[in-house]
Amino acid sequence: MKSWLYLIVCSLPIFSVSALAVSDVPPIDRISSYELMSLENRAMQDDPNLNPAIFWVMDGQSLWNLKSGQNSVACASCHGESGKKMRGVATQFPKMVNNKLQTLEGQINQCRVGRQNAPALAYENKDLLALTAFVSSQSKGLPITVYETAQNRMDLKQGRQWFYERMGQLNLSCAQCHEDRAGLKLGGSVIPQAHPTAYPIYRLEWQTLGSLQRRLRNCMSGVRAKQFEYGSLEMAQLELFLMWRARGMLLESPGIRP
Amino acid sequence: MSKTSHTKITMPNMAKKGEILEIRAIAQHDMETGFRYGDDGKMIPRDIIRFFSCSYNGVEVFKMDLYPGMGANPLIVFTTVATETGTLEFKWSGDNGYEAIDQSSITVS
Repeated sequence: MKSWLYLIVCSLPIFSVSALAVSDVPPIDRISSYELMSLENRAMQDDPNLNPAIFWVMDGQSLWNLKSGQNSVACASCHGESGKKMRGVATQFPKMVNNKLQTLEGQINQCRVGRQNAPALAYENKDLLALTAFVSSQSKGLPITVYETAQNRMDLKQGRQWFYERMGQLNLSCAQCHEDRAGLKLGGSVIPQAHPTAYPIYRLEWQTLGSLQRRLRNCMSGVRAKQFEYGSLEMAQLELFLMWRARGMLLESPGIRP
Repeated sequence: MSKTSHTKITMPNMAKKGEILEIRAIAQHDMETGFRYGDDGKMIPRDIIRFFSCSYNGVEVFKMDLYPGMGANPLIVFTTVATETGTLEFKWSGDNGYEAIDQSSITVS
């Protein structure tokens, strides 16, 4: 018994040091806003027969196999039809592609313009949401793998600044609510920690599927700030910071939120 | 909204005679109320599902009207009694010629 205790006491400091070095765990206890939802809403997300986002995933699958653009190629022509090849892809975005910070939506459009020779899809367009949902759903249950690299360092730094910088007439930063006051209440609902673990989400308030950028623009209009444009670099940087902040958390896409 | 859309049915495929079955039917639909205005300031015309029905081996066991106050992608949960082996047919119809049909079979012992 004594030697057993000794072993634990001895190994503890070593363990905590190595854990910090390897997984680089952020200081706060992170929880997904899934945990803050009612049982009904959680059931809605977990049961594919209740989750309305499944319709977008189904649409996304048909679009995936549809030959389009002047080059008449489908996503499936390069990436395979199975819908399993994209496993793990959504956990890596936003990432640097050819020296440009690219979001998942941006990458889909990049493929459309570059490979299919088709016009880019606008943000919140049904087809773009469907494709994003189809790709992200394949990473459901996998941990987010966005890390700081030499290439994304500057963008991550800028993203962090967007998160901590006050904005708008209400002069609030993202962090003032989602870090300092996370877990407290705003208008009767619990303030979440703002981890983008379930995008694209079917938001009951929207009655439809929406992207992370739509959600971010919601908050920006809430603090009466000038919203970042859809698909802008500022958005991508903020997305990058949020995904980096949520690294290691499990992806739930497509999620439900109230 | 297109003329038809995806639907999904959740119900048991086996039951004992006399058992109460819980059936869930969800249809993909925007349920545009007709009270909203677009970015151009014009009213977006109403486009909703108007009617849903379920028939069990040709006998209507459930029907309902839907209205503009109902949310998008309506989920309808109802029950019926397992009487005999056969097929349940679900039918949605609505504005602008919208129609969707789905079916599910059940074995009753």
